[in-house]
Amino acid sequence: MTENTANLSQKTTRPGGFIWQEHLPGGAHWSGIIRRGTVLRLTDIEGNANVSMLMNNIEVKNERYNMPDTLKAQKTAFLTKPNMCFTDMGRVICSIIEDTCGWHDTIGGLSHAKSVQQKYGDKSYQTAHNDYFKNGYDSLLNELEKWGLNASDIMPNINWFSKVRVEDDGSMTYVPNNSSAGNYVDLRFEMDAIVCLSTVQHPLDPAPEYNPKPIELTVFKADVIKKDDACRLHRAENERAYYNTKIYYGENPNDEC
Amino acid sequence: MTNANIDANRIVYREVVEAGDPWMHEVKAGQRFRIVDLEGNQAVDTLFYNAHDHSERYSATDTIREQGNIYLTKGSVLQSNLLNPMLTIVDDTCGRHDTIGGACSAESNTVRYAIEKRHMHSCRDSFLTALGQCECNADKPMTKGDLSSNINFFMNVPVSPDGHLDFDDGISAPGRYVEMEAHMDTLILVSNCPQLNNPCNGYNPTPVEMIIWK
Repeated sequence: MTENTANLSQKTTRPGGFIWQEHLPGGAHWSGIIRRGTVLRLTDIEGNANVSMLMNNIEVKNERYNMPDTLKAQKTAFLTKPNMCFTDMGRVICSIIEDTCGWHDTIGGLSHAKSVQQKYGDKSYQTAHNDYFKNGYDSLLNELEKWGLNASDIMPNINWFSKVRVEDDGSMTYVPNNSSAGNYVDLRFEMDAIVCLSTVQHPLDPAPEYNPKPIELTVFKADVIKKDDACRLHRAENERAYYNTKIYYGENPNDEC
Repeated sequence: MTNANIDANRIVYREVVEAGDPWMHEVKAGQRFRIVDLEGNQAVDTLFYNAHDHSERYSATDTIREQGNIYLTKGSVLQSNLLNPMLTIVDDTCGRHDTIGGACSAESNTVRYAIEKRHMHSCRDSFLTALGQCECNADKPMTKGDLSSNINFFMNVPVSPDGHLDFDDGISAPGRYVEMEAHMDTLILVSNCPQLNNPCNGYNPTPVEMIIWK
C-alpha cells in the first residue's frame, strides 16, 4: 500500500466494480485521464469541500465542458442528478448518475492570486512550505499545461459541493454549509477526458480563514447504459447529445452498450 | 442621464452590422463603444480581447462574481480572465444584458432543437468566420480555443432562486443602446446573432449599429 492510499475509506463500492482511489488534501490540484465507461466519485470527506473542475476531450483537446450549453439545454443554473455535462461540440462529457449533495455551482468561477491574498493574506512556500496559499486559477492552469493545454482553456468551471443562489434581481449569494461530511457525486464519463481539478476554497466563500477541505477520488467501472437511463431520459436535449456522442465514437446510438 | 447624440466630430468609426453577420474591430483605451439595437429585440453576442495579448480576454464568471450580480448593466465592470478591468458599461437604455447564456452553435443547435438544425447559421460559426479572416491572426492565430463564454447584449436569460434558467423574450426596443468605455486597447468580436429558434431576437434577426468615438 502506498502512502497515498493509507487513510482512504476503502468501503465505497458500486455494482460495476472498484478500480482505484486517491485522497486529495485541501488546497491541492490534480489532473488525470478519466476513461469513458468509468465512474468518477468525488467524496466530500469533512464537509464544506469545494472542487473546481474543468474537462477536455483527450482526443480533440479544444472540445471542452461548456457551461452555457450545459445550462441552456437543461434549463438549470446549477448541476445535480440527472444532469449531463455537455461539451461545446454538442456531446456529453459526463453524466451525473448519483448525487447526495443536491446543488453544485456553475457560475462562481475561480479564485485568483490577488483575491486570495486580499482575503487571507500572504503565505508563501518560503514561510509555510506545502501549506502555502493556493488559488483556483493558477492551480487549474498548472494542471492544464501538463496536457498541452493553456490559459485559453480556463473556461467557466464547475464548483462541486458549492452553492451560489441567484435572487430575482440577479444578485448572487454564496450559501454556506451546502455539503456535509460524506456527501458524494458520481460522474459517469461518456468521453475519454482530461480532468483538471483544484480543492481550493470557493471564491465566494466568506469564511475569513484559508481552510480548504480534503476530498477523495474513487473510480469505478460503469454499468451498461440502458435506454431508460435517467440522465438520457431527463430531457430530449440529453438524448440528442448522447446520440451525438455515440456517433462520435462510431457506435450505433440505439445499442444498449 | 443618457446621451443619445454623439458629437459627430468625435466619432472615429460607425457601421451597421447586418442581421446574422460577424464583426471585429478594435477600441482604444479611453474610447467609447456603443451598440445600438436598431429595430429592437436583437441579441448581440460579444467577446473582448486585450488587443496586444489575446490570451487575456473577457471572463463571464469573474465579471459576475466581482460585481455580485449575474446581469450586466450601467456600472458593470467587464473583467478579464486575469481579473483586470477591460471596459465599464457607462450607459444603458436597455437595463439588463446576459452573460450566462453563451452563443448558439451548429452543434449545440442539434442538441437544443433537432439533429437536423446543424446546418443553420450560428453565432460560434460567425465567430470562427471572423477569426479565420482576421488580420490579427498573422502573428498569433486565434482559434476556437479562444472562444470563451460571451456577453449577449440586449438578451434576457433570467435565473430564479431555485436555480431555474430560461430564455425569455428580449426586453430591448428599437433604438435602445449600451455604451462602454475601454480601459485597455480591446479587440471586439461580435456575432449579430442569427438564431431563429428561440425568442432571444424575436425569431427575427435584425441589424445593429456600432459606434466608436473618443
